[in-house]
Amino acid sequence: MTATKAPTEPPAQRTVRRPGDRIFAGAARGSGIFILLVLAGVAAFLISEAIPALTAASSEIPDGKGLGPYIGPLVLGTLLGAVIALLVATPLAVGIALFITYYAPRRIAATMGYVIDLLAAIPSVVYGFWGLAVLAPKLVPFHAWAADHLGFLPFFAGPASASGRTMLTVGIVLGVMILPIISAISREVFSQAPALHREAALALGATRWEMIKMAVLPYGKSGVIAGSMLGLGRALGETMAVAIILSGGAGATVNLISNSNPSTIASNIALRFPEATGIGVNTLIASGLALFLITLAVNMLARWIVNRRADFSGAN
Amino acid sequence: MSTQTPLAPVGATSLGNSGPVREQRRLPRFAPLGLFLAGVAVGALLSALTGFSVALTVIYGVVLGSLFVYLVSRAVEGRRKAADRLVTSLVTTAFAIAMVPLVSLVYTVLDNGLPRLDGAFFTNSMYRVVGEGGGAYHAILGTVIITALATIISVPIGLLTAIYLTEYGTGRLKKAITFFVDVMTGIPSIVAGLFSYALFTLIFGVSVRMGVMGAVALSVLMIPVVVRSCEEVLKLVPNELREAAYALGVPKWRTVVKVVLRTAIAGLGTGITLSVARVIGETAPLLITVGLITGTNLNPFDGRMATLPVFAYYQLTQPGTATQAFLDRAWTAALVLIILVMALNVVARLITRFFAPKTGR
Repeated sequence: MTATKAPTEPPAQRTVRRPGDRIFAGAARGSGIFILLVLAGVAAFLISEAIPALTAASSEIPDGKGLGPYIGPLVLGTLLGAVIALLVATPLAVGIALFITYYAPRRIAATMGYVIDLLAAIPSVVYGFWGLAVLAPKLVPFHAWAADHLGFLPFFAGPASASGRTMLTVGIVLGVMILPIISAISREVFSQAPALHREAALALGATRWEMIKMAVLPYGKSGVIAGSMLGLGRALGETMAVAIILSGGAGATVNLISNSNPSTIASNIALRFPEATGIGVNTLIASGLALFLITLAVNMLARWIVNRRADFSGAN
Repeated sequence: MSTQTPLAPVGATSLGNSGPVREQRRLPRFAPLGLFLAGVAVGALLSALTGFSVALTVIYGVVLGSLFVYLVSRAVEGRRKAADRLVTSLVTTAFAIAMVPLVSLVYTVLDNGLPRLDGAFFTNSMYRVVGEGGGAYHAILGTVIITALATIISVPIGLLTAIYLTEYGTGRLKKAITFFVDVMTGIPSIVAGLFSYALFTLIFGVSVRMGVMGAVALSVLMIPVVVRSCEEVLKLVPNELREAAYALGVPKWRTVVKVVLRTAIAGLGTGITLSVARVIGETAPLLITVGLITGTNLNPFDGRMATLPVFAYYQLTQPGTATQAFLDRAWTAALVLIILVMALNVVARLITRFFAPKTGR
C-alpha cells in the first residue's frame, strides 16, 4: 500500500490534480459513504415507520394488549429457534471444518468444502418446503418419544405434536441452514493455524487429535465463536423456512414439541404483512426494528471478535 | 503436506519393524472401517428389534461403531491412539450427517418437481388459472427483471466502494466502511424488505407495491456481498502493475480502470455472479414489497409483480381447490429456483476458469 502512495510524496514538485482523478476518487469515496448512509437509512426509516406503533394506545395494537406483550413472545420464539439451531450446528460445523482441513484426503478436500457450501446456496424457501414435507413428518416419532421420556423438562412438556411443525423442527432446519456459515469460518481459521505449532506438536509424537487439541483449537477458538455468532445472526433473521414450517402464533412458552409455539419476529412479519393495514403495519415494522437491533448487536459483536483476532494473532 | 507424513501408517510401522524401539502394535489399515461397519450392523439389528427405522439405525450405528473402534483400538494401540481414532470417526460422521439434508433435499425437490417441469410451466402464466395447468412464465420473468434491477443498482456502488477500500481508502473512514459493510451482510432479509417498504411509503403513500421496491430491498442485501468479494479480488492485483503504470505517467484513475480492473476482471465477474446467486432466491423482502399477481407484469415501476420464490411460497401455502396441481407447481418452482442458483454458481466457476488473466508468456 505504501508503495502506491510514493508518486505523490516528493515535495519539490506539486502534484498535478487531474479532473479525471478527482471525479473518480470522489465517486469511489462517495459510494463508500453512501453505504454508510444506507445502513443509517435502514435504521432511520424503520424508526420513522415504527413511531406510530410506539406511541399508540395499547388497545390499538393487534391483539389489543400493547406493544410489549405483542413483541415479547415473538422475541422469545426468535431466540428459542436460533439457540436450538446454534446447539445443532456448532458441534457439527466444527467437526466438518476439522474433517475438511485435517482429515479428508487433500485431493478431495476442496470439493468437499464446495459441497458443504452448496448448503448455503439453497434458497430459504426451499428449506421451508423440505422441512415441511420431509423433516417434520420424520421427526414426529422423536417428538412422541421425547414427550414420553423427557417430559420432566419444560422444553419437552408436550403434548407432542402430530404434525411435527414445532419449534424443535424449525431449530433443526435453521441449524442446517447456518451450518455452512459456521463451518466456512471455522475452516478458514483452522487452516490458518501456524504450521510451526502443528509440526512441533507432531514432532513431539502427538497423534493427529492431540495436535489439533494443542495447536489448532486454541488458535481457532475465537474464529469458531465468531462464526457461531454470524450463524446466530442468520438464524435470528431467517424468515421463510420458519414461516412455512412453524405452526406458531401462540403465547410465550418454552415447550419445543407441542403444536402451540410462539412465532418468530421475521416469520410473523412475513405471514401478517401482506394483509396488515394501518397501525398493524407500524406494529410489524416496530417488531422488525427490534429484530434489526438484535441482529445488529450480534453481528457487531461477531465482527469485533473476528477483527480482534486478526489484529493480535501471530499469523500475519 | 509435510505435516501429515509422520502420521502415515507406513512410516510408523517401518520404524517399529526396523529399529530397537519398543514394538508399536497397530491395527491393520482397514480394521477401523470394518469395526465401524460392524457397529453399524449391530445398530441395524438393534433397531430391527423395535421395528426397523433408518434414523434409529444411524444413531445406534454411529454410537456403537465409534465405541467399537475406540475399545478395540484402546486394547491394541493404547489410550492416546484410541482417542485419535474416536475423533477421526466422529468428524467423519459429522461430515456424513451434513450430507444427509443436502441429499434428501435435492432428492425431494427433484422427485416432486420433475412432473411439472414441462413446456407449459415456462410459457404459461397463472392468469385465469384456478386448477391444473398454468405455469411460472410471469414469475420467472419477474424474478429476472427484479434481480437485474438490483444488480444494476448494486454493482456500481459495490464496485466503486471496493475500489475506494483498496485504492484510495485511508484511516477511519476506510475502517468504518469495512466494519459496517461486514455488519450489513448480517441484515435479515425481511428487515431489508421493511426498509424498502418504509422508504417508498414515505414517498408514494401507504400500501404501495412495485417491482423496484423489491430491487431496492435486494440491493441492500447484495451491496455488501459485492463489496466484500470485489475487495478480496482487487487486493490480489500485484502492486507492481500499479507501479509500472504510474511510472509510465498514467493517471491514477486510468490505472485503476485500465490496469487494476482489467487484471481482476475474472474475479470480479465471479464475485458479482455469486452475489446475484445469493439474492435470486430471496423470498421475504419480495413478499412484503412486490407481492404477487397471477398475470404478467413486466413493468417494475407499476404495481405488483410475480417472482419465482413468492410464487412458490403461495402455491404451497394457499392451494386452491385442486391442491395437487398447486403443490406440483410449487415444487417445480422450487426446482427451477435451485437450478437457477446452481447455474449461476457454475457460471461463476467458469468465469474464473476462462477469463483468468494469462500467467506466463
